[in-house]
Order: sequence, then C-alpha cells, then structure tokens
Amino acid sequence: MEQRKVMINVRDLNKSFGDLHVLKDVNLEVHERDVVVLIGASGSGKSTLLRCLNFLEYKQSGTITIDGKVVEPENTDLNKVRQEVGMVFQHFNLFPHKTVLENVIEAPLMVKKVPSDQAVQEGRALLKKVGLADKEDVYPSKLSGGQKQRVAIARSLAMKPKIMLFDEPTSALDPELVGEVLATMKDLAREGMTMLVVTHEMGFAREAADTVVYMHDGKIVEKGNPSQIFSQPQNQRTKDFLGTIL
Amino acid sequence: MPDIGHFIHVFIDSYPLFMKGLLLTLQITVVSVLIGTVAGLLFAFFKLSNSKVLNAIANVYIAVIRGTPLIVQIFFFYFGLAELGISPYWCATLGLALHNSAYIAEIFRGSIQSINKGQLEAGRSLGMSTSLAMRRIVLPQAFRRALPPLGNQFIIGLKDSSLAAFISSSELFNVATTQGSRTFEEMTYLLIVAIYYLVLVLLFTLLVNKLEGRFAGGDE
Ligand SMILES: Nc1ncnc2c1ncn2[C@@H]1O[C@H](COP(=O)(O)OP(=O)(O)OP(=O)(O)O)[C@@H](O)[C@H]1O
Ligand SMILES: [Mg+2]
Repeated sequence: MEQRKVMINVRDLNKSFGDLHVLKDVNLEVHERDVVVLIGASGSGKSTLLRCLNFLEYKQSGTITIDGKVVEPENTDLNKVRQEVGMVFQHFNLFPHKTVLENVIEAPLMVKKVPSDQAVQEGRALLKKVGLADKEDVYPSKLSGGQKQRVAIARSLAMKPKIMLFDEPTSALDPELVGEVLATMKDLAREGMTMLVVTHEMGFAREAADTVVYMHDGKIVEKGNPSQIFSQPQNQRTKDFLGTIL
Repeated sequence: MPDIGHFIHVFIDSYPLFMKGLLLTLQITVVSVLIGTVAGLLFAFFKLSNSKVLNAIANVYIAVIRGTPLIVQIFFFYFGLAELGISPYWCATLGLALHNSAYIAEIFRGSIQSINKGQLEAGRSLGMSTSLAMRRIVLPQAFRRALPPLGNQFIIGLKDSSLAAFISSSELFNVATTQGSRTFEEMTYLLIVAIYYLVLVLLFTLLVNKLEGRFAGGDE
C-alpha cells in the first residue's frame, strides 16, 4: 500500500438526537485524493455523518481527525476547520441576495480577507471552471438547478478547501441536469480533490469512486472498491439495498 | 349640505397651520419609528437568543407594551418625563418609539426566523463565524422580508402619532382640535385633518410599494 495522508479519520463516532441514536460507532478513513461514496437508505445517518465532519452537528463521543489534527469542538477554532472542509448541500443554499460572483467571493473576502481584485479574479476562474463564466452578474433565482449547484461548488472551492463533502448534490435536480453537476464533480476528482460524497448516482460511484461505503441504521456495514461492492456485496443488507436502487 | 366654497376657503386659510402640524407629525413618526426599529431589532435578538434571561426580558417587555393602550404609554412618559423638563414632543416621540419597538421586534423576529437555516449553515460551512454569517447572509435577507410589514408599521405609527395631540404637542390632530374649538367648526377641521392623514398614508403606501419593488427578486 502506498503511504498517503489520511485526510479524514473517524474513530468510534457516536451521535444522538435526544433519544435517537443516529450514528453508532462509526469508523471511516478518507485518504488524500480519494473519492469515497457513501450510500445507504434514507434515515441511515449519511447527512448526519457529513454534518458531524463539518461540525454543523457535534458528536457525543469518538474522535474526528481532519488533516492530522484531532478536532474537539470545545477547544478548536471550528471556523478555521470549516475553511478546510467544503460542503455542498442538496438544496444548494446559494445566497439569493448576491449575484453569482458575489456568492463565490463572499467568504474569501470576508473570512480570508483576500484583496478584492484577487478574489474577483479567482472567482471568475472558478466560474469558468464550472462552465458559468457568462453568469457572474446573474442572481441565483435566474439559474437552473444544475447551474445553481455548480455555483455552490465554485463557492466552496473559493475557500481552497482540502476536503469536499457533498450531500446528495444531485437529488434535488431534474434528471436532465444531473449530468452537468456530476461532470463537474468528476473533474474535481480527477484533479485530486479529496471527496466524500453521499449520492445515489451509481454511475458516478462506479466511475469516480475509489471506495464505496454502505451505511445501514447508523453503522457502516460494508466498504470496498466500487466493482466489489456492486458486483459481489458481502453483506445481505448491502445486497438488499443495491437491489432496490440498481 | 356643507358649503363647498366655505370648506375650500377654510382649507386654504388653515394650510400654513396644518403644514406646521404636518411637519411635526412626520418628525414624530420618523424619529419614533427609527428609534423603534433599533430597539425592535435589539429585542428581536433577545427573543432569538439562547439565553433564557434575555428571552424573558423580551417577552415581558413585548407583553406589557402590546397589552396596554398607547395613550396610557404616552401619558406615562408625559407625566414621568415632563417634570424633568423634557418637551411634549420628545415625550410623545419616546412613547411612540417604545410602542413601535415591541411590534417591530416581532416583525424582525419573524423575518429572521423565516430565513431558511440552510443559509446560516452555508455561511458557516464556508468558515464564517455565526455573527458574520448573520450580518452578511441572514440579516440582509431578513430586512428585505421585513420591509412590507415595517412599511405597514410606519403607517400605523403615522396615524398613532395623532395621540400626541393629547399631551399638547401641536402636530396635525392637535391643530385640528384647537382650530375646531376656537371657531366652533369641529367637523370642518376634522374633515380637513382626515384629508391630510389620508394623503400622507397614500403617499407612504406608494413609497413602500416602490421600495418593495426595488428590493424584490433574489429569493431562492
Ligand atoms: N436535527 C435533528 N434532530 C433530530 N433528529 C434528526 C436531526 N437530523 C437528523 N435526524 C434524524 O436522524 C436520522 C438520520 O438522519 P440523516 O438525515 O442523517 O439520514 P440520511 O441518511 O441523510 O437520510 P436521507 O437519505 O433521507 O437524507 C433520521 O432518523 C433523522 O430523522
Ligand atoms: Mg441526507
């Protein structure tokens, strides 16, 4: 095995909402430049896991190590950590009162205090990269879902994160718009971005994932490379789940 | 039938007096709504805060203000503050400001809560602190949403300012009652002052609609 940095290391993670035990002793490693696809039924805890990794939710127990640093919400500057861990949401969450370019440069300007010429220049480059160079002055309400999600990806990338989390980035999209977003994500994967992706797009998993992780009822039940998981799942639950979506 | 010719004559004759009253009415309204907006925003934050103490302070404040008549509040200020040499104008303005602030607090609380929590999360996921994300992302959207009800509150405040007449602040309504009893033509002056209020309210309604139009769009 080649020696690559572990960018995300989750050990014995537990998370409950009140009495509801959502994540149960979850262990997960994501290596640098890896693309890990997380699948599982609705309610199995995929979003919760991602949100714990971005500290939008706090764990009850276990350790989360991001890029070699153990992150304890109580004594860590989470705003710094979140700058390194980008997040793309199912419902885009673009800032509706800002233009496309303003959406992208907001955090670099306000958080990193990047000079405005530089932020604009980098913002434009990112919009070009996601194929939306001509939309910089448009407000999000004028964009299609696929375009919105590509802006959201550019907005995250503007903070130059080391890791990108995607929570069902295409499930709010009309089917004909899914492809353009997946294409953008594949580009990112090819460039070596470390990615953890919750998706039901098995085509994407087959093509881009290094590892597929199957979650059931708050536990990671099975993981392996895509062909292994899709053609010879070991666990009966994985088989059943794949049966329902393939 | 009232005599139209006479009415027009009185209207024109009283115009300078009413214009003075109108300026004072506008001044009381604008200043009280401005102070009420600042205080209202503060109490909205109290209501939204995680602190039980701040919640309680805001709840009691809003309950008391909304649960007592405005005229009582104005007189409270009048008798409480006039002794300290504060003018009727300021007593009325502060009374109205206090009154407005309770309603405006609820307007802001509602508009802030109506912003999808994904907006704050998106900001924080980009490394913004909660307060920065509030300032840059949530509040600008909440203000836009608050604009129509704030405009409405302004119009209510404009009409409410007529209560200042009772503490002898010589705004519009005070001009009407004074002139009415001096000339024994109460109805004529009431009709005139009603026209002034109506025109003011219509003008502000137009203005608010214009502003809304300017800020419209940009919703997700
Ligand atoms: N803030 C919350 N408060 C209470 N319960 C929550 C909260 N967030 C999630 N849950 C519950 O935790 C469980 C896991 O939810 P989660 O959103 O992580 O599932 P998921 O795997 O992402 O599902 P989906 O495919 O539907 O998005 C669900 O039972 C959900 O109702
Ligand atoms: Mg989910």
